Amino acid sequence: MTLQPPLAIEATGLVKSFGKTRAVDGVDLTVRRGSVYGVLGPNGAGKTTTIRMLATLIGPDAGSGRVFGHDIVEDANAVRGIVSLTGQLASVDEELTGRENLILLGRLLGLKRPEAKERAGELLEAFGLVEAAGRLVKHYSGGMRRRLDIAASIVVTPQLMFLDEPTTGLDPRSRNQVWSIVRALVAEGTTILLCTQYLEEADQLADRIAVIDRGKVIAEGTPAELKASVGSGSLHVRLLDPEQRLDAARVLDRELGAVTLDADPAALSAAGADADRAAEAVAELTRSDVRIADFSLGQPSLDEVFLALTGHLADASAEHADPIEVEQAA
Amino acid sequence: MSTITTTQAPPPAPQASPTTGADEVAVRTAISSIARPPNANPLSAALAFGWRGMLKIKHVPEQLLDVTITPVLFVVMFTYLFGGAISGSTGDYLDYLLPGILVMSVLFTTIYSGVALNTDLTKGVVDRFRSLPIWRPAPLLGSLLGDSVRYVLAGTVIIVVGLILGFRPGAGVIGVIAALGLVVIFAVGMSWVFATLGLLLRSPSAVLNAGFLGIFPLTFLSNVFVEPETLPAGLEAFVEVNPISILVTASRGLMEGNAQAGDILIVLAVAAALTAVFAPLTTRLYRKH
Ligand SMILES: Nc1ncnc2c1ncn2[C@@H]1O[C@H](COP(=O)(O)OP(=O)(O)OP(=O)(O)O)[C@@H](O)[C@H]1O
Ligand SMILES: [Mg+2]
Repeated sequence: MTLQPPLAIEATGLVKSFGKTRAVDGVDLTVRRGSVYGVLGPNGAGKTTTIRMLATLIGPDAGSGRVFGHDIVEDANAVRGIVSLTGQLASVDEELTGRENLILLGRLLGLKRPEAKERAGELLEAFGLVEAAGRLVKHYSGGMRRRLDIAASIVVTPQLMFLDEPTTGLDPRSRNQVWSIVRALVAEGTTILLCTQYLEEADQLADRIAVIDRGKVIAEGTPAELKASVGSGSLHVRLLDPEQRLDAARVLDRELGAVTLDADPAALSAAGADADRAAEAVAELTRSDVRIADFSLGQPSLDEVFLALTGHLADASAEHADPIEVEQAA
Repeated sequence: MSTITTTQAPPPAPQASPTTGADEVAVRTAISSIARPPNANPLSAALAFGWRGMLKIKHVPEQLLDVTITPVLFVVMFTYLFGGAISGSTGDYLDYLLPGILVMSVLFTTIYSGVALNTDLTKGVVDRFRSLPIWRPAPLLGSLLGDSVRYVLAGTVIIVVGLILGFRPGAGVIGVIAALGLVVIFAVGMSWVFATLGLLLRSPSAVLNAGFLGIFPLTFLSNVFVEPETLPAGLEAFVEVNPISILVTASRGLMEGNAQAGDILIVLAVAAALTAVFAPLTTRLYRKH
């Protein structure tokens, strides 16, 4: 047996600036082989830039990285030989058909023409794209495009796969399909680096998660550790009358604390609620004549994770969900 | 899952049918059923990209019309409006005009190489290409291969229109093919320039505008339409050294059977020089992008 490098990714101090923006500002990552590693962060956190460095598309300004032992700068071609990239923008050619896309990649990866054709047929079948195979990709739905994109990434099975926000913009059904594909990949031994904005997605798929914000890793651990660090779940309440939201916020702030107003003008959430305290808080709302349309006790949202970890909200959602100053509002 | 049925499937946004969707077991089988082949050699990678270029022509053949319609209109308009006045008869003028129009239409087509490259860059697919273990210049050489086919097709359209209108080249089929070949070689040199522009500018329309801004004066300040002797002295001097004029003269010569070897050599030299400067530049820019 040859000695195999134990780590799929080993990055230290990666930095990348675009003009004045430090898109990635000293990121360390350690990813074991065979695992799914989630990189969680809001818009502009630096997720895509990190992936682009690790996939050898751009060189880091500082720091270093190794993929299965190969240096991402010195040994870029060796890295390219074992990774594949499913980018945030669909990385398939919209002006070709699904089948042509897969044949093209097969040829580029060194398959002979008949092998490439056969492989394309096999993948179209496995990914439920046989009917759409002859249609131009620009006419595909978002879910079909994503599936084709992932199929294109495994024309030749990579050892490490980068998945950049694979389910953003997909409906729940398509999202579940993508998740099951990811599970199949992992079961076959592919290591996956998954970027996402959704805690739930990272929670469902990842063995470990790095939360990044403004180019820095601000927390790292298993999903359970991460959630524990944020506290228990949070209570989401939607009101019948948006006018009552501030009243509701005052009550929840007293009962639970850390209230955020959601984008929906009739909705609000409070972090740090276990089932008992949440039930008590809901009862208190009713007693205060706040009429409730529905409520649920959920996982902390990414906003709440951020709030807890950084003390500030994710930039992108700041305009939707400002932490409220109850005293001021009162 | 398998009990879901859908009633309609409009072509633009296909709906899921009972059989669509990924099958986890089949996906697992597909993953495990392939062994990594040795990396593609440079030639087959470039050819694969050339194939991609052809497929695009096949899927959108109208794109050839975009670039040939103006030259075709020019042929018709100039032949019938000015043919009699400039050369005495429309047939004579067409023999003079057509090689020039051929050059013009093929050069217009080269702009679209830059536009296509720029369009590509805004799509995620280039990131995928760049993450593959392939010879770095392969995507560029491959699209050039596809583009050359486009140039030949655009040139053929013009020649056919000319033949219909009464163009009768003195050197026959061989002369026409030789002229087309020379024009395509020059066009390949030019398309490296537009490829560089395509990598430098921000949007496809910027490339298109810059391209026409460069190509229009060069083609109109050439001998495509009229002999330079009829122009004011300063302009005449420019027209005579304009490589496009030399290309037009050489093509006319090839079609008529009286080409000067010197003209052909100059054209080949200019094409080689453009390639020598802009091909490495393009490759470097593409790698960095
Ligand atoms: N090519 C580029 N030129 C200039 N700025 C860039 C470039 N790529 C990224 N940036 C900037 O770097 C920062 C990080 O971007 P990046 O795309 O890595 O974020 P992200 O976490 O992937 O975000 P998203 O969730 O929106 O995809 C952003 O501020 C972005 O504007
Ligand atoms: Mg991104």
